This record gives sequence, structure tokens and C-alpha cells, in this order.
Amino acid sequence: MRTIVKLAGALALAVGLSVPAVAQDKLKIGFIYVGPVGDHGWTHQHDVGRRAIETAFPGRVETTFVASVTTADSDRAIEQLARTGHKLIFTTSFGYMEPTLKVAARFPDVKFEHATGYKRAANVATYSIRFHEGRYIQGVIAGKMTKSNVIGYVGAFPIPEVVAGINSFMLGAQSVNPNVKIKIVYANAWFDPGKEGDAAKALLAQGVDVITQHTDSPAPLQQAEAAGKFAFGQASDMTRFAPKAQLSANQNVWGPYYVERVRAVLDGKWQSQDVWGGLASGMLRMAPYANMPDDVKKLAVDTEEAIKTGKLDPFKCPIFDQDGKEVKCEGGAKLADSQVLGMNFYVKGIDDKLPK
Amino acid sequence: MRLELVPRGDVPGFVRLLAPIAAVATAILIGGLVVALMGRSPAAALDVYFLQPLGDSWGLQEVALKMIPLVLIAVGLSFCFRANLWNIGAEGQFVVGAIVGSILPLALHGAGAGPWVVVAALVMGAIGGALFAMIPAILRVTLGVSEILTSLMLVYVAQLGLDWLVRGPWRDPKGFNFPQSVMFESSAQLPPLIEAGRLHAGALAAIVVVLAAWFILSRTLFGYGIRVSGEAPKAARFAGFDANRLVVAAFAISGALAGLAGIIEVTGQIGQLKPTISPGYGFTAIIVAFLGRLHPVGILFGAFAISLTVIGGENAQIMLKLPLDLTTVFQGVLLACVLAADALVTNRVRIVRTVRA
Repeated sequence: MRTIVKLAGALALAVGLSVPAVAQDKLKIGFIYVGPVGDHGWTHQHDVGRRAIETAFPGRVETTFVASVTTADSDRAIEQLARTGHKLIFTTSFGYMEPTLKVAARFPDVKFEHATGYKRAANVATYSIRFHEGRYIQGVIAGKMTKSNVIGYVGAFPIPEVVAGINSFMLGAQSVNPNVKIKIVYANAWFDPGKEGDAAKALLAQGVDVITQHTDSPAPLQQAEAAGKFAFGQASDMTRFAPKAQLSANQNVWGPYYVERVRAVLDGKWQSQDVWGGLASGMLRMAPYANMPDDVKKLAVDTEEAIKTGKLDPFKCPIFDQDGKEVKCEGGAKLADSQVLGMNFYVKGIDDKLPK
Repeated sequence: MRLELVPRGDVPGFVRLLAPIAAVATAILIGGLVVALMGRSPAAALDVYFLQPLGDSWGLQEVALKMIPLVLIAVGLSFCFRANLWNIGAEGQFVVGAIVGSILPLALHGAGAGPWVVVAALVMGAIGGALFAMIPAILRVTLGVSEILTSLMLVYVAQLGLDWLVRGPWRDPKGFNFPQSVMFESSAQLPPLIEAGRLHAGALAAIVVVLAAWFILSRTLFGYGIRVSGEAPKAARFAGFDANRLVVAAFAISGALAGLAGIIEVTGQIGQLKPTISPGYGFTAIIVAFLGRLHPVGILFGAFAISLTVIGGENAQIMLKLPLDLTTVFQGVLLACVLAADALVTNRVRIVRTVRA
């Protein structure tokens, strides 16, 4: 009974409070997330970036996020942000591309930033990370660490971004181990710990001893840890989920970019643009190289350095497709960005068939 | 000691009407308590959740927009559920409707066809959904396979079929290989009801379907057959209703409406095919159907309640920075309260003391 009285008291007290007034001169910044903030991967890293904005401009900005927004619902969620005075809106998944453009056309004075898309407008910029650079380093490590010569890849969907990652990973592995084979499983979800874990289990059962993943939860990593095998984290450093299994991880670092874009809006200098940053720009960082012998670690560090300085490109020509046919080299000594962004073939040495 | 539910016998009509209202009030009270325990103002939450979405034309349109697929699917499901048939696969029928309905808009893309395309698309979508839903029905009447399992499993077949289509034959050739079709031409999209608004002509279809379903269920012999076969299968057989035909017909209607909802969502809102086109409408509609007590008009209210909590939940994230989980919890509480109120109105609880031997 006493608890009920207490609760009623809390209720009465809370009813009396009104919504805190918001200072009008603050720049309101909105985020649309594809998953929950607690995914420990993709969305988590965007949220780290959001908080970096709050830290960088104390008192001058207010940030808001809407989590787990499906593509079908995103049109409304984005518009609701625009209607509630958000002047800069980050939509952080590929599926939001058309909805972002639709809403942007209706709100010409609001700036939009769409992650991983390719369509822009006067008030819609795009930005992404060259994830495949980190995949190459992971491939080098995996090629050295595997004893069974079979490495596993848990992909989300067979879209170009994921396919480019798989190819880059394979090219890295082949550069140090000509006998390496790869097995690929698509979870058909960005965030579904159950499915991701099952995919990893299936791979482990097929003799895979190093797993990498292009899905967002730590589940595949945890499976590798439980089986005493190795794996890579995704999007963020997942060491605490698999201290013995994690070899490294692609870390997506959105904060500096977000801060820069917010500053551009505050200074009135924002313009639509396309940014695709990698290791050199600091948007991609590698989590500490761990659980590997020193020579492998050195190789990884050297590879990272070579990519950073531009000495090495994961897609340096010649590149051969699965049938052994040479891929047209449109970017000089490497594949052009547009070829990587639209990649829908597997490179030579991958036995699986690309789902089309 | 155990609890037993004993039927009350006669329950006056106004009590039955009051039950859902009391249920909603209880759910709001519980929700408010949770918000208060989180240290936020329940009054503000109430305002953001339930009042603001209804406060302007945009919010109202968004609520109505969300209701369209839920109402269409749930009304269809009510035919099955009334007849004691468990169609759990509306999500798949929704997807197949979207696929079959998209055949013409995609085939005629760039051919300069008139607005008859969208009408034909809706008809084909409904037919596609109906045929797909008849698979579990026919399996049940011919082989005695449980329709619960088959209808559910066919959801995955439909989803993967769509996935294959937008990655393969229907992929936009200019879309950087991303898995999606071209954007439909305006002649293949449903026109907005209000100039420059988002609410589209699909809303009219939903209203017509509610009225038609009400008429069929309460005023026709077929509707009577559906109800009797659910409540008293033996009596239905005595009365000469062909049980097998009813099974197939109920599934066909259910599938047709889910398929219609699918193609309406594509031609009215999304404007193209993508690997996923539904945030789970086919499953949410099951909740809507039961919230509405399997009555077409009740379903309107059920869909309204669910849509409101979805949009209110989004508002709460944006305006009060409340987590999304709260919305999910609240929807669960709401459903539990409505079902409990229903059970408690028609039954009373008796405590039975068991004597140990």
C-alpha cells in the first residue's frame, strides 16, 4: 500500500511539471537510426557521433534521434523532425534515400545528410566510409591466422557495399595466402542477433576458423569466442564481447564529420556534397590488433599504413571476376569509386554464387 | 488455490461497450505510471502521444495513412478468425499482392499508359493475394494440413520472392545495382486525396471495404455461414453449409484484402518495390482484428488506436526524448488490458481452494 501511495505521489508531482521550455536560438539536429542505439554496432557509432556534436557545441545545439525506423515509416519520421524545427537532419541508412529526397523537396530550408546513398539535391548531401579499406586489412590478418584455410563472412544483404567488403577481404587474404577459401552467409538483416549468431554457427560447423561480419550485433563474434575461434568486430570495437576472439574491428568514426557539418550550418556555409572518407581521413579506424602473433600484427600495421598513404588500394588493378575475366579498370591504376559503389560481382577465388 | 473464470450469463450491452473504454483508460494509467517512474511528466506524454497527432491536418493524415493497410488486412482476417480459421500469413499475402500488382506498372514503365494502370494494379494485387492465401486453404481441405503453419511459412516464401525480384529481374538498371525497382510513373500511383498531402485514394478503398464487410458478415447468408461455422461447426454442417468452400472463400477474401493493402501501400506511398515494403502490417493487423473484436467497425477503432500509438511513440522520441521501447510496451499493455476487460466482462473470477489429500 505504501508503494502505491508513493507512486501516486510521484505521478501527481510529475503531472505538475511541464515540458521544459527550449531556447529558440539553439540549432536543432535530428537523426534517424535504422536500429536500436544499443546494437553496439552501426547505430551505436552514429549515436556516438551525435553525442560528439553535443560535446562540441555545448548550449548551442539540441539533438534528437528516432530509433529503429523502418524504410516504410521513414518518410513520416523524417518529416516529423523537419516539422518540429530540426534544421539539420542525418538519415543514417541506405534505405532512407528516396524518403529523404522526398521530404527534402518539401522543406527547402532544412539541410539533410544521407549516409551511404548516391542521390543528392541542393539540400541533401551524402556521406559514407570506405569500409572496404578496413576489410582488406582484416583479410590480410585472416589469411595469416587461418589454419583450416577456410574463412567465413556473415553479410547482411548482397548489396554493393557488402559485396565490395567481401571482395576486398578476399583480396587481402589472397595477398598473403593463395590457398584461402571463403564461405559467405547472408543473414538478410542488419541487426538480428539471433539470425547473425545462427549464421556464424553454420559457418563454424563447416570448418571456418576466422569469421568476419557485415552485420551490426556482436552475436557472430560471441559465437567465435565460444568456439575458441577468431573473428572481427563490426562498426565499433567489440572487444568486451569477445576478448579472446576479436582480432580487430572496423570502427566507424562519424563524430568529426558530424561536428564539421554542424559547424558549417552554424556558420551559414553548409553546401550539398558527397564525402567518402577512409582510413586517411580518420572516418575509418582499426580497433587494436589483438590475439595475434607479432609478425601478423606488424603486417597489419604496415598494410594499414600503406592504405593510409595511398601506396596501396584494395582494388588495385588488375582485378579478375569469378570467371577469371579481367574487370575493366576505370580509375587508372585502380577501380573507379563508381565501380566500387556499384559492385555486383565476386572476385576470382570466391566459390559462392552472388545472389542476384 | 487456483482461479477459475465462470461465465456471467447476461451482460448488458452498455457494459460491453464500456469495457474497451475502461481498458484504454487502464492502459493509459499504467503507461502514465511508467512515464512518471522514468521521471517524466505523464501529462506531457499524454499530450504528445494522443493529442498532438490529432491536432493538425498533417498529423491526422499520418494516422489515417497508417490505418489504411491495418484496416484492410484486419477486416480480411476477421473473416478467417470468425470462421475459426487461423490465417497467420497476411504479411505474405500483403507482399504477394504488392508483387502481382506491380507487374503492369513495371511492364508499362515509360510506355505512356494512362491512369487505368493503377486501377488494374489494384485489381491484380487483390487477385494475387487471394490466390496466394488459397494455398493454405486448399492444403487444409484436401490434405488436412494445419493452416497456421502453412500460412505462416508462406510469409517467408513471399518475402524471399520479393527479395529475389528486386535484386534480379526487376532491379532498376540505373540504380547502381541496389536492390529496388524503378520509381513508378505518376499514372501508376494513387492520387493524393488532399492537394499536396500524403493521404491517398487508398483511404476510400478502406472505407468501402469496411462497409462491404459489415454488410456481408451481418446481412448475407454467406456471412452467416462464416459466423456459424466458427461458433458451432456442427450446426453449420446441419444447416447445409459446405465447410470446405467456406474455408477457401474466407482465405480468399482475407488474402485479397491483404494483397490489396500491399499494392495500395506500394502505389500510394512507397512508389517502388524494395526488399522490405512492410514494417510487419500483416502481423500487427492480427492485434488490430482482435482489438476490434473481429467487427469491421471495431477494427476501425482498433487500427486507430494502434496507429495513434505508433505515431505518438515517434513524437515522444522526438519531443520528449522518450525511448521507442516505451511505445512497444504500451501497445502490449493496451492489448492485455482490452483482452482482460473482455474476459472479465463476460466472466467472473472464482477462487477455488484445493484441498490437499
